[in-house]
Amino acid sequence: MTIALATQAPPFDLPGIDGQQHSLDDYADVPALAVVWSCNHCPYVQAWESRMIELQREYGDRGFRLVAVNSNDADNYPEDSFEAMKARAQQQGFNFDYLYDEDQSVVQAYGAERTPEVFLFDSERRLVYHGAIDDSREESEVTERYLRDAIEAVLAGDEPPVSETAPVGCSVKRKA
Amino acid sequence: MDIEFLYWEGCPSYPEARQLLGEVLAERGLDAKIEVREVKSQAEAELLRFPGSPTIRVEGHDVDPDGASGRPALMCRIYRNPGGGVSPVPSREQLEAALS
Repeated sequence: MTIALATQAPPFDLPGIDGQQHSLDDYADVPALAVVWSCNHCPYVQAWESRMIELQREYGDRGFRLVAVNSNDADNYPEDSFEAMKARAQQQGFNFDYLYDEDQSVVQAYGAERTPEVFLFDSERRLVYHGAIDDSREESEVTERYLRDAIEAVLAGDEPPVSETAPVGCSVKRKA
Repeated sequence: MDIEFLYWEGCPSYPEARQLLGEVLAERGLDAKIEVREVKSQAEAELLRFPGSPTIRVEGHDVDPDGASGRPALMCRIYRNPGGGVSPVPSREQLEAALS
């Protein structure tokens, strides 16, 4: 089940494509933390990827961090293997941490179902926004920028104007 | 005209693709027999040479020949739209070309 709004961020400690382990505690000083379920093979993720990069670029100086997590079963979806993650990140120029949840324990804890699916936490690691990045996979057709608005609100010490939307994307590929 | 429309329930793009196909057929006044088939297992995906959802074939020819030989799998299929972007559904232009 997906964690509810106001829930504390479930802990994680996962390997990143940079060769380092990354735990929730490593982001303790971050005022706004977005944990985004992602992967390589999904066209929805690929359609939104540049917007993830742009958000990190635009808000990084103000303390925002985006952390992408891939939990897909790489045995059945080799496009989402750890090695493929490294290649994808390099090819696309990811400016955010990209972590591998191989045993799927973290996706189980958060209850994410889709890629991409956003969980935005405030400075106290309380869930303040859950759902889609914005309202259209076609960037030219976006009218509501949910995550951007939520980041702005959190950085200003306010509640996001919209706290929950339905994520649209591929299913997380769970192991049988 | 025979059209195969193959989809996997786990990818949410197929209703949009089915609607777009219907629109393009109607605009062109084409009378087509559409066989809609759900692909439910990896074995079925391999048997049907299903490189992702949705896959549309007109008279046996994939509307996106470049992606037709992709690995058979239960996943969303990647299409390229005319602007170079990525989409989980074929473009109107791809469907029009396949139906012409």
